Amino acid sequence: MLIKAPKNSDVSSSEITDETLFRQRRRFLRTAVNLALTSTIATPLFVPASARAGTKLSNVKKSAYTIDEELTPFEDVTHYNNFYEFTTEKRDVAEMAQGFQARPWTVEVNGEVHKPRTFDIDDAIKRYALEERIYRLRCVEAWSMVIPWVGFPLAKLLKDVEPTANGKYVEFTTLHDPERMPGQRRKVLPWPYVEGLRLDEAMHPLTILAVGLYGEVLPPQNGAPLRLVVPWKYGFKCIKSIVRIRLTEKQPRNTWQVNNAREYGFYANVNPNVDHPRWSQSRERRIGEFFKRKTLMFNGYGEEVAGLYTGMDLAKFY
Amino acid sequence: MAMNSELWLRRIVKPTVFFVSLLPATLLTWYALTDQLGANPIEEIVRTSGDWTLRFLLITLAITPTRRLSGFHWIARLRRMIGLFAFFYACLHFLSYLVLDQFFAWGEILKDILKRPFITVGLVSFVMLVPLAVTSTNKMMKRLGGKRWQRLHQSVYIIACGGVLHYLWMVKADIRDPIIYGSILILLLSHRAWSKRKEEAVRRRRAHSATI
Ligand code: HEM
Repeated sequence: MLIKAPKNSDVSSSEITDETLFRQRRRFLRTAVNLALTSTIATPLFVPASARAGTKLSNVKKSAYTIDEELTPFEDVTHYNNFYEFTTEKRDVAEMAQGFQARPWTVEVNGEVHKPRTFDIDDAIKRYALEERIYRLRCVEAWSMVIPWVGFPLAKLLKDVEPTANGKYVEFTTLHDPERMPGQRRKVLPWPYVEGLRLDEAMHPLTILAVGLYGEVLPPQNGAPLRLVVPWKYGFKCIKSIVRIRLTEKQPRNTWQVNNAREYGFYANVNPNVDHPRWSQSRERRIGEFFKRKTLMFNGYGEEVAGLYTGMDLAKFY
Repeated sequence: MAMNSELWLRRIVKPTVFFVSLLPATLLTWYALTDQLGANPIEEIVRTSGDWTLRFLLITLAITPTRRLSGFHWIARLRRMIGLFAFFYACLHFLSYLVLDQFFAWGEILKDILKRPFITVGLVSFVMLVPLAVTSTNKMMKRLGGKRWQRLHQSVYIIACGGVLHYLWMVKADIRDPIIYGSILILLLSHRAWSKRKEEAVRRRRAHSATI
């Protein structure tokens, strides 16, 4: 596997300082509001401080997998995204997900493995060394962001459970709990949300399970406590709030494909040459920019991942 | 008394409706200038203007039924203004697509129109709105003659159907909102069909009694 040398990839420190200051100010306000709220509604009190969104994650190493592009501001990353389990309105997800309790949380890993096991999320965070990965994220709706994720390679977790020879695919499932995820009270999609990868895609070093962004614990609206990040695929592959990871022999049916197979496939690789039936994928709007940019093949990760698909007709396996 | 209600309509009701109808555009402009449109302001502008186009189309279509059901005949006098506001928001919507979303990328726009049914339908609806706006003056009404004018302006029902279809084809999975708009449109269309039949029956009865 090729490891990319860190290019001049460190984001300029002044940028980060600004961001931090900005957020500290915001956080001050938020903390004040939260305090006022928690004194009346006592539920969040038993959540360990280390698990709450907004808490800094410790021992995060910078990774060689990073890109030299301007980061999308924290505010935009956390207030504009799709998470149908809460609402279909991208701008309202953050508000609808406020107060979502991502602890206690366990992730079952089973199926075609020799050592099935159930991880407590905090044990997993301690067990696997956390890295910061700055990745592009390209939504199937033709907008994109640059996000500093914190997480660990999915491959590490999969190696721990030892896939059997029949384990050819990995299936992921989101929590199904309409009480806590109000979007699930309407059958917009067949719940629970399911996603899948081929084993070699899942084992690829670019594929990570994220537990944070911008150095902090993942906020609920971005898929707390654990989400998948596969940067060369459309955003909907990056399943959020995962409760189960199952190795299978047959290709899993991912939710968007079940919902509309003509428009969404299993692979969902970012591809400017294969349009969505209802809109073009050749360009995208990077959040914060006025002019659209050209969409890159495999979202710019072709050097690393094109080899996974040699000989495949990507117009057919979209 | 008659003078009073005429004055009331012209001095109070019409200006009020005018300014209220401008409110969504004013708010949108205010939010745009103060950076309150979220992470993707262009999408927000295209969507908000699209929503208001459809809403004003439906309000225009609701005027006759409202007049009939409430007995407030003066409501009909607001129809032209509200119809023109539908056109105003449609222009805003189309221009924000053209300038903000695509920035005159003609090749992409042409591909959109030819390959994306939701854009095709939107454009056809918009183009059909133009002659209605152009012929909305009293002068044009006279020039065309009541019958022909009316027949032309009935195309607003088709335009509204196009607007709902455009929306329905645009959404990814959550069809709730286009379904709500569509249901309102169906209700309005049924009311129209029903009152047409009633009128027809009355006319036939009159014709019948005249021959006797
Ligand atoms: C009478 C004509 C039209 C009506 C009633 C209309 C109405 C709408 C409505 C209700 C929406 C959805 C807004 C939302 O999601 O909340 C929409 C979206 C949209 N319309 Fe139109 N529209 C019309 C004409 C057009 C035309 C002529 C174009 C471009 C050529 C156009 C381009 C778009 C685009 C691109 C979107 C989607 C925006 C996005 O996905 O972010 N529309 N329109």
